[in-house]
Amino acid sequence: MLSLLRRLALPNSCSEVTSALVDDNSPAPEIAAGVQYAHPDAATLLLALGGAWTVRGKLPAVSDAIREIDAAPAVRRVTFDTRALGAWDTALLTFLLGVIRHAKGKQLTIDRDGLPQGMSGLIDLATAVPPVEGAAEKRSRRSLVTIFGEAAIDFAAGTGRLMAFIGEAAMSFGRLLTGRPARFRHSDLWLFIEQAGVDALPIVSLLSLLQGLTMAFLGAAQLQMFGAQIYVANLIGMSMAAEVGAVMTAIIMAGRTGAAYAAQIGTMQVNQEIDALRTMGLEPMDFLVLPRMLALILMMPLLYLYANLLGMFGGGVIAVLVLGITPEQFVNQLFAAVPLSVFVTGLCKSAVFGLLVALSGCMQGVNCGRSAAAVGDATTSAVVMAIVAIIVGDGIFGVLAPPFPVGQ
Amino acid sequence: MAQSARGEPIITVEQLTMAFGSFVVQKDLNFTVKRGDIFVIMGGSGCGKSTLLRHLIGLQTPAAGKVYYGRESLWDAKPADRLSILRRTGVLYQSGALFTSMTLAENVSLPLQTYTTLPPGQIREIVSTKLALVGLAGYEDFFPSAISGGMMKRAGLARAMALDPEILYFDEPSAGLDPITSKRLDDLILQLRDDLGATIVMVTHELPSIFAIADNSVFLDNVKRTATAVGDPKEMVRTTNDEMVREFLTREGTLNEVALPAAATSSAASASSPSSSAGAS
Repeated sequence: MLSLLRRLALPNSCSEVTSALVDDNSPAPEIAAGVQYAHPDAATLLLALGGAWTVRGKLPAVSDAIREIDAAPAVRRVTFDTRALGAWDTALLTFLLGVIRHAKGKQLTIDRDGLPQGMSGLIDLATAVPPVEGAAEKRSRRSLVTIFGEAAIDFAAGTGRLMAFIGEAAMSFGRLLTGRPARFRHSDLWLFIEQAGVDALPIVSLLSLLQGLTMAFLGAAQLQMFGAQIYVANLIGMSMAAEVGAVMTAIIMAGRTGAAYAAQIGTMQVNQEIDALRTMGLEPMDFLVLPRMLALILMMPLLYLYANLLGMFGGGVIAVLVLGITPEQFVNQLFAAVPLSVFVTGLCKSAVFGLLVALSGCMQGVNCGRSAAAVGDATTSAVVMAIVAIIVGDGIFGVLAPPFPVGQ
Repeated sequence: MAQSARGEPIITVEQLTMAFGSFVVQKDLNFTVKRGDIFVIMGGSGCGKSTLLRHLIGLQTPAAGKVYYGRESLWDAKPADRLSILRRTGVLYQSGALFTSMTLAENVSLPLQTYTTLPPGQIREIVSTKLALVGLAGYEDFFPSAISGGMMKRAGLARAMALDPEILYFDEPSAGLDPITSKRLDDLILQLRDDLGATIVMVTHELPSIFAIADNSVFLDNVKRTATAVGDPKEMVRTTNDEMVREFLTREGTLNEVALPAAATSSAASASSPSSSAGAS
């Protein structure tokens, strides 16, 4: 609390009260801020300010003073009496600025003599720099047409950014493939490979194993009705290899690694690190995006295989324990059921999913705004975008390279 | 400002030792900040200036020693009491530390909304006043990302002043500012002290600022790991026997006696001379 006293008008005994370090929990026993209006003569309005004018108390409204000024059109001069004024801080300044601004607008004379010491300096300071013109952004209501229009423009701009990003990423990739120096730190690549590979194993293990167990358990009940328990191997094998293995690892990686990429690059954007890279002549696309893309494209197929292994193991556990199938039978049936081509498609699909996850994460990071909230938005968008891309991509793969003949 | 209130101790540091684990940053610090002072914590890079500030504003626990606000010991107080002590202070962080997802007005009004019972309309008016005081009138709805570094610092100051604290802490207020802006910030600090009666504690190594506005100071030596000088820097530069202090305050002797401030009170005149010679060398 910045308690100030008017030195001239108040006796010293009073100043001691407020000068002691006052505990904030027990507000000083001061009178609440108040203002009284008087007309010493027809052309003068006198504002008698009393009590404690601090932000921690209750304050009179400026609008009352403005009303008082407007109510007496004969008034040409505004004066102040602050003999009853206790502690004050910028709350009083705010009130006075409001009064002065209104009085100036009405061409009234303002007599600052009655104001406390220091106040005049503060008023000058606060009015020294005129408010910046046109800076106040109007928060007007927008019509439905405007909202749709702006959304359409945003969408177009977003699509443009997406295309530009994909193009740049492709060029960066091209630089790598044609042997021209795509500059990034190889230690970064190994770090990203570790993060997207080994570090992801525990969560992938857990989820694939559970997925295999669950599918086999639920499928077993259905297959038992036909006495076709042995086909649980087909069920697990095909669903893991053709669909679940690839999509589930991709979604795990979107939430785990794609989000991390968006947050890393987004924070670098906030810290101007990306600007620093550019001025060093390092293309952010090469330095930041390329190693991340490579890491995910390389690691995702491996994770896919690993997830299949664990999922099929989970299915086998159910087959052996619940359905009474021997492990040999299960493995033989599995090999017979899943052709190698399904794995090949699955591996390709995983690599594409890896690319999609890395692209979404990096793109949202690079296009991140410069605030903490923007980093959060970028992370969210990265995950959502990656999952949408994965599901759409999976659909396209399903149509172009179906794991088994469709139709007749 | 009532003169009787000035000069009484407002912050007292006793035998303060600061350490990170077993690494002692500074030991046995003793100094007193008086009400109405502009107190400077100075010293070379890495000597623990900012760490000392963090001990004063309750962010870091001392390894030993006491920090008193008035008669209350900050680190012996219960957490709730410590908060109420610290609510009498405002801090301007080195780069403003504005909340980037809030507008300037929202940044400044956050403490007012939290700790006062004022209606939203009056909070908005007070926020506008604070922004006007730091020369940012009309920038209420700007986001921190849309304004310059100097403006961010001033907006940070407006937020630090939101509750009109008794004590304002500044961490390197003029770092990264041009000489004119930094001079104006010094003037603003002086005016806040003179007109609003605030006590100012600042961490800085800007010699022009130190000579222009400081009343009292402590010098932290990063080799001896303790305070080697306490007092008015304008006196200190003449009277010190410590080689490091003299080198620091004279820029290794490149500020000659002529350029150094003549008298303790002529702050306006002294402000320009060290800065001009500092700029020339």
